[in-house]
Amino acid sequence: MNTTTNPAAAVVAEPVVVPLTAANYKSSYKPIWCPGCGDFTVLSSVTKALSIMGVPPKDCAVVSGIGCSSRIPAYTTCYGFHGVHGRSLAAATGLKVARPDLQVLVAGGDGDGYSIGGNHFLHACRRNVDMTYLVMDNHVYGMTKGQPSPTTEPDWDSKLSPGGTGVRVFNPMVVALASGANFVARAFAGDLHGTADIIAQAMKHPGFSFVEILSPCVTFRPEQRDWRKTVHEAEAPVTDDAALAARRLMKDDGMNIGVLYAGDRAPYPASVRQPRCTVAELEAEFAL
Amino acid sequence: MQLQMAASGSVSIALAGSGGSGVMTAGTMLLAAAAKAGAYGLMVRTSGPQIRGGEAAAMLRLGAQPMSSLDDGFDLLLAIDWQNVNRFADEIVLGPRSVLIGDPDEGDAPEVFKATGARYAPLGMKKMAKAIPGSWVNMIALGLSGALAGLPLQALQDAVRDAWKKPDTLDANLNAVAAGAAAAAQISAQLAQEGGAMTQLQVSAPSTTQRWMMSGNEATGMGALKGGVRFVAAYPITPATEVLEWLAPRLVKVGGTLLQAEDELASINMIIGASYGGVPALTATAGPGLSLMTEAIGLAVASEVPIVVVDVMRGGPSTGIPAKSEQSDLSFAVSGLHGDAPRLVVAPSSMTDCLGATQWAVHLAEALQTPAIVLSDQFMGQSRVITDRPPDHGLVARRVTAAANTPDYKRYRDTPSGVSPMAIPGTEGVTYTADGLEHSEAGIPSSQSRDHVMQLDKRQRKLTQHDYGSYWADIEGDADAAVITFGSASGPVREAIERARALGTDLRLIVLRLLAPARPEQMAAALQGVKRVIVVEQNHGAQLYRYLRAWYDFPAPPASYHRPGPLPLRPAELLSALLEWRNGK
Repeated sequence: MNTTTNPAAAVVAEPVVVPLTAANYKSSYKPIWCPGCGDFTVLSSVTKALSIMGVPPKDCAVVSGIGCSSRIPAYTTCYGFHGVHGRSLAAATGLKVARPDLQVLVAGGDGDGYSIGGNHFLHACRRNVDMTYLVMDNHVYGMTKGQPSPTTEPDWDSKLSPGGTGVRVFNPMVVALASGANFVARAFAGDLHGTADIIAQAMKHPGFSFVEILSPCVTFRPEQRDWRKTVHEAEAPVTDDAALAARRLMKDDGMNIGVLYAGDRAPYPASVRQPRCTVAELEAEFAL
Repeated sequence: MQLQMAASGSVSIALAGSGGSGVMTAGTMLLAAAAKAGAYGLMVRTSGPQIRGGEAAAMLRLGAQPMSSLDDGFDLLLAIDWQNVNRFADEIVLGPRSVLIGDPDEGDAPEVFKATGARYAPLGMKKMAKAIPGSWVNMIALGLSGALAGLPLQALQDAVRDAWKKPDTLDANLNAVAAGAAAAAQISAQLAQEGGAMTQLQVSAPSTTQRWMMSGNEATGMGALKGGVRFVAAYPITPATEVLEWLAPRLVKVGGTLLQAEDELASINMIIGASYGGVPALTATAGPGLSLMTEAIGLAVASEVPIVVVDVMRGGPSTGIPAKSEQSDLSFAVSGLHGDAPRLVVAPSSMTDCLGATQWAVHLAEALQTPAIVLSDQFMGQSRVITDRPPDHGLVARRVTAAANTPDYKRYRDTPSGVSPMAIPGTEGVTYTADGLEHSEAGIPSSQSRDHVMQLDKRQRKLTQHDYGSYWADIEGDADAAVITFGSASGPVREAIERARALGTDLRLIVLRLLAPARPEQMAAALQGVKRVIVVEQNHGAQLYRYLRAWYDFPAPPASYHRPGPLPLRPAELLSALLEWRNGK
């Protein structure tokens, strides 16, 4: 901005910009999560990522469905929307398309996103609306106390599916890539800063960005405490080649952490449209 | 059914044929020609179950006054061919005064039509079209039917000029219309000799008020825009798709957005998301879609997000009869949500009222921060009507919003009206989380009895305390016997009441526009002096009757006249039902 030629500018003091920190995005409400839940750290990663983005809380909306992780909106100071089970992506799509000025973050769990909300996941990926989807995947329905989800191993024993479901696991990264998501990454809840960095990258990337976050449920899947030992940095850098990303997913052990794919597909057009005529003018087409 | 051809001052014409024969195009042009001649009228579409190529019929009624119902029977059935047209025998009712025209090269007229005593006048329409290179047989039919109905050739040809897109064949088809009209003159002369010409349209003084022509679904779309809707999520479904298709290009022109959803679960949640963002939002569907949307409509109730859901009702349950009308979603609309979930249910009473009622629904939803269901139906939605320009009640979306940095802001504050200022994302210092979980005034999830009772009371109170004005119902007459109805049934009911009055039996008419919440005080006032009530509706289960009995007090147990679709309610049918009830024990 040229400040020398505008006399008005000379008398207006530059606003004092206080940098936003993660604390500015964290609300005072105490999460309902169990002690040791991975979602605590994800919340911290989210608030840190938002501070990296620097968008004021009033201009951010966090949208979720139903499940333990879907409680996250109220734990931020952003505008929140805690809707019905499985429909967070639909609600967020409507919000973002109607209000493209907002930073829209969608969050939820594996049951919410991959089972009841599976169809919306496919279509959110292909529609490519500019928003970020975080799935806190713990391979279990936690809120209903331990039933298998689409990402649960087929032999995992539970009251609802004794001896296991016998059904192969859903691979969200493959599905996201195949469906056209513009950004696909995996993070681990145990790594607060690494996850915050990936979420910030996802938010910065145009179009629909998807981050699968391994977030242990120590209550119903105590063995997931070992994820800390089994996760590892992805062996290859991010690619914009979907075919290459797909080949890497074929060899994926599910524990690779990092950004897999960042494409350049144009986001769904959500620009604010200026009216070209009035409703009264439209009425003329009915007139005889 | 005993056919009573009423002296209704109107003429009814059915144009039938197999799909692709152009009868719908001819019907639309016939309606447009009537409009040009200064008349009023409506056109109802009917078709077989096939997507394309099945039998189809355009059913028109033209007259000197506005109308919102078909007549009891038809003065003319003109079939371009007879392929499966006999399937329409229940819909296209003929009598001895009716005229039946078919092309002998397409076979003889079906016995079911001949047996009505209708006068049969075969005419080689296809040969006539062939004799005029570049012309179409449906334009012969247009000239023929229009001239038989008494429309001037000029009006018929002007309608063709407006609609014809290909200049090279325009002249041929203008000639085809003229040839059809010339044949009509011969047929008329012949009919006059054989016991009377066909009923003709009498428009002595063409209407001078500004008239509109539109379908109910288009009127619904216009009502949405006039109310302030600027976001629409769409999933196609018969017979609501035209609402969405009409809106798609026009919404963009006025600065809005239409988004095609992957299913109705998505479309309903998309409009909730958009409205949460401060943009008035609507979707349109039919019964199966409404069923899928139900859970999220409850979310809009609990999280107090205004939305409008248009249900263009069709025959149900399940897939039912997609392209035929029925008023059988009423029970579901007024009570089909889990939990105690007060919602608005508004029913347009005619094609024209689809505009005003939808606009009102947008206004109410926004004012009361709650979902509004608009119960239209296939009859209104897919029929075109020539009408007086509807009056503009001026009711638009006005949402109570929270100012930036409101001290001690609580989204779900327990206000006297029950309506609490809604913070719109982007507003500083009033962020909150909208929640379908029961919540405290601040919006924090709560399972406390105090919070639950307070929020239930608040959500009920804002609906029951609102002043809906006189628009909640149309009340006509002051007789001590009243007919209560709603939606498209009100058209034939009103006409039956007019005929009853002419026969010396006075009846009061109450057409409910606001179905939910119930208005006991207003209904008591509307029923002042009434001793007997009958409820008329088009469904199998007497849904309105049962709903009214649950919510309203009546001087005596009301009677009920109800029957399901797909056949439309007819004035003569209702006249005999009403007279029997009125003069009965």
